[in-house]
Amino acid sequence: MILTPEEWGIVVLSLKVSLVAMGLTLPVAYALAWLLARRRFPGRMLLDAAVHLPLVIPPVVTGWLLLILFGRNGPVGAWLYDWFGITLVFRWTGAALAAAVMALPLMVRAMRLSIEAVDRRLVAAARTLGASRGRAFWTITLPLSLPGILAGAVLGFARSIGEFGATITFVSNIPGETRTLPLAIYSGLQVPGTEMVVARLALISVALSFAALLVSEWLVRRKGGGHVL
Amino acid sequence: MSFELRLKHRIGEVEISLDTACEAPLTALVGPSGIGKTTVLNCIAGLIRPDEGRIAVGARVLFDRAEGIDLKPEQRRGGYVFQSGRLFPHMNVAANLAYGEKLAPAEERWITREEVLTFLGIGHLLQRAPETLSGGEVRRVAIGRALLSAPKFLLLDEPLTSLDAERAEEILRVVERIRDELKLPILYVSHEMREVERLTGSVIRLG
Repeated sequence: MILTPEEWGIVVLSLKVSLVAMGLTLPVAYALAWLLARRRFPGRMLLDAAVHLPLVIPPVVTGWLLLILFGRNGPVGAWLYDWFGITLVFRWTGAALAAAVMALPLMVRAMRLSIEAVDRRLVAAARTLGASRGRAFWTITLPLSLPGILAGAVLGFARSIGEFGATITFVSNIPGETRTLPLAIYSGLQVPGTEMVVARLALISVALSFAALLVSEWLVRRKGGGHVL
Repeated sequence: MSFELRLKHRIGEVEISLDTACEAPLTALVGPSGIGKTTVLNCIAGLIRPDEGRIAVGARVLFDRAEGIDLKPEQRRGGYVFQSGRLFPHMNVAANLAYGEKLAPAEERWITREEVLTFLGIGHLLQRAPETLSGGEVRRVAIGRALLSAPKFLLLDEPLTSLDAERAEEILRVVERIRDELKLPILYVSHEMREVERLTGSVIRLG
């Protein structure tokens, strides 16, 4: 299958946005997953609900909220621009942020399950052998929850590849900047005579997401930790 | 004096109350299942904070509610051999043994890895994964892992559970040698009086 340079650009942009989104979310998602799995604190239910919000509210609403928060005049956006000269709206970095927010709940869920599956008595054993709280985490909890981290990462990547609603609302549909695969497919459908382009791009996005899902299922099953889906 | 145990702790329906000090190198803690024997060990190891009381081993105070002393588990330096072994499943036997050894201050180590391997007869198991070990092997590796962390005392939680008579005899002999040769205060938990009679005359009864 031959892609035009423009189509290649779209694929590369999609991969860039998704990989950055995944990398950005990974530590945040793991920290949240650990908190929800291991700590009892006031407001835990609230945090749990907040993390899952992007999963249940319309993506367009998520995009709109991002626009309000991270727009040039938004509370976070204005601060980012004044202090670091960073603009997210209408940029590929904004697309990555939108994808990251949408992927967060899925990643937290996968990681949380695997952290909960780590026997806390092993952590206690490590402590009696002289390990501090931190060392016990790095040497026991983290490596034993690795399948969940990998599965969550792949799942988040797949979700990011497919992200549409929040992205188009937050950063619009700018060729070469924010036009990722789903947005390009959508744009192609608006113009007559681009059926083959649309078909090619659709095929690529299906292949990418499918591959990611297979990898994530394999990673989890290898450890006998159940399913991601 | 080896163990000074004065503590009160309540978990659900079970109320544990101990007030005793023992001199013998090996002390047995005996009582029926569910009476809180493991809880006492967890209190000594620092994994559970007792409601009140004082815990000391040798001259070291590990916990004293009144004086506000409560050492962290890693500061208590207790070699805790858990009932299920609790070997780390993602590490082979060698890495399990090395875990506490690496963390023990060099000048406080009193037994070498070679000594532990011969002492327990586990030298041939080093490359094995914990899930491939038999019950007796798991128990011996767990004892070795605890000894290599250079502990100042040893806690053994029903070390004969689910072992056949022959393996149980092996472990008992190891315990006797630790008692006689290593001069380490040992607290040995069991639900069977007969099991501990041959090990010590110093018995704390719970329940």
